[in-house]
Amino acid sequence: MSVQTWTYLLVGITFALYIGIAIWSRAGSTKEFYVAGGGVSPLANGMATAADWMSAASFISMAGIIAFAGYDGSVYLMGWTGGYVLLALLLAPYLRKFGKYTVPDFIGERYYSNAARLVAVFCALIVSFTYVAGQMRGVGVVFSRFLQVDINTGVLIGMAIVLFYAVLGGMKGITYTQVAQYCVLIFAFMVPAIFISLQMTGNPIPQLGMGGTLNDGSGTFLLDRLDGLSTELGFAAYTDGTKATIDVFAITLALMVGTAGLPHVIVRFFTVKRVRDARKSAGLALLLIAILYTTAPAIAVFSKINLINTVSERPYASMPLWFKNWENTGLLNFEDKNQDGNIQYLANPTQNELTVDNDIMVLANPEIANLPPWVIALVAAGGLAAALSTAAGLLLVISSSVSHDLIKKVLLPNISEKGELWAARGAATAAVIVAGYFGINPPGFVAAVVALAFGLAAASFFPAIVLGIFYKKMNKEGAIGGMVVGISLMLFYMAKFKLGWLGPLPDKSEWWFGISPEGFGTVAMLVNLTTALVINRFTPEPPSQVQDIVENIRIPSGAGDAIDH
Amino acid sequence: MEDKQKKATAYWKENVRYLFILLSIWLAVSFGAGILFKDFLNSFKIGGFKLGFWFAQQGSIYVFVILIFIYVRLMNKLDKKYGYNE
Repeated sequence: MSVQTWTYLLVGITFALYIGIAIWSRAGSTKEFYVAGGGVSPLANGMATAADWMSAASFISMAGIIAFAGYDGSVYLMGWTGGYVLLALLLAPYLRKFGKYTVPDFIGERYYSNAARLVAVFCALIVSFTYVAGQMRGVGVVFSRFLQVDINTGVLIGMAIVLFYAVLGGMKGITYTQVAQYCVLIFAFMVPAIFISLQMTGNPIPQLGMGGTLNDGSGTFLLDRLDGLSTELGFAAYTDGTKATIDVFAITLALMVGTAGLPHVIVRFFTVKRVRDARKSAGLALLLIAILYTTAPAIAVFSKINLINTVSERPYASMPLWFKNWENTGLLNFEDKNQDGNIQYLANPTQNELTVDNDIMVLANPEIANLPPWVIALVAAGGLAAALSTAAGLLLVISSSVSHDLIKKVLLPNISEKGELWAARGAATAAVIVAGYFGINPPGFVAAVVALAFGLAAASFFPAIVLGIFYKKMNKEGAIGGMVVGISLMLFYMAKFKLGWLGPLPDKSEWWFGISPEGFGTVAMLVNLTTALVINRFTPEPPSQVQDIVENIRIPSGAGDAIDH
Repeated sequence: MEDKQKKATAYWKENVRYLFILLSIWLAVSFGAGILFKDFLNSFKIGGFKLGFWFAQQGSIYVFVILIFIYVRLMNKLDKKYGYNE
């Protein structure tokens, strides 16, 4: 069978599976719609969290980014996993004990104020919309590359699928489709990695192969070879990197704290039964995520060596078929500047003749390694699973922020259970349409902003939630002030130093403290924290019943009851 | 009532102590070994990995996973000790 047939087959089977699960797990109540009824097992929740978390960017782009960034790519590896330690230790158990439906719900109740709730809704919507637009685009890109349909048609098909199971099933449908999507995506990611590791190092475990020796009889370690090749071509040594230490530090911390503060991840821990289940499922989620995150840097090393060996100083005419295929998609570009017919891949931009898109490292890997057609098709199904599962999780956050926090808690407190459920479905539908619109007409700034969603989450939610749990006397004035100042500062820094909306884009040398916009979430978070604590000192302490709530969420027992009142 | 309050305070104190220890390790492997002391650690090697680079791209992630499972165990024991287990 051809790659095309295999792709239709695998994508068709996985889509049918997702739809089947959606029909089987329809939501009948708001509790099922928001938190899947609150009875998900720790393992199922761990798998769903992992799929929710690993987006198109983790699956398709991350290995490629690391391949070109070398050591600097570590910020993503540590940042996007280390956040789970914070989530498991500082947030998940307490928020589960609190037992409400959304993150703005916690902020609103803990800080006894609808103003705090509205600020949180605003932050949740900004964070989730910037993130979801990127996912819909990812769905379109995978469709267009593997199924030869137009990107926009791809986005529409993706919208229809997500609409179906998110609107019908709510959190319940999303949870069980995400379990299936995790299995699809991790299988699709690991199979080519294992094949390639075997080919290059003789070791089937990519994590070990990465530190092993080349299979070509030379006995050289892969990483030494790659350092050598990189410096020969004028790049920094692969294991050294070029970013300033303070920036690496700030970006890593911003990504960690942002991960822990992302509402679509936090809300997954509302779905388990007991506090101890929340702790355990955070551990399982990170274990399942770590499988992909420790394999990605290995793929980065394998594919970078493969790429350099295949193209560097070789005649363009002798390039294999995949090279031409990917040239057609525009992801590879060769321009023979010195007219010698050979490909020069060099750090010096005036002599370099080859531009390579990050995404190609995962997408073209099976072809570069000559793997069978079903493996190539599997990568397409895996990429779709990663993008759809994340999009669905984000859409749920958007819909519950609107239907629960905005409509039920602020605008129409007397709305019936049934009315709220329909409002949630309506909000999910509207959110899919907006996300699809951004997927088809991506504003230029979407790609630039997705990475900053973490900075926004770090600058807004994280301090407010942690203080709400660990500092009993934290009051509403402080928390609201902190969130407003934190997110405003982050938005300002993004507008000035990333998007160039406030005059011409300043040079790197003008960055505050030498910290890039990606890492600025760390600074904004510290400013949020300081503002909150200072305001708190000069304003009245919270009422005693709020302090009792805090006492109560620190004790793990009795979580089952908490959800009903 | 008094006793209940005392028990809750003691539980919380032990919990915070665990968090302090576990988060120190979290900080040490990622920001310490993987970033600040990377260049120094790179003078050692395990297999084909320079040690600092290994911490940044592999080791810290393994430690993160282990940390959460240690936390789960410690807390389950603590819950039992104070009778908060269900």
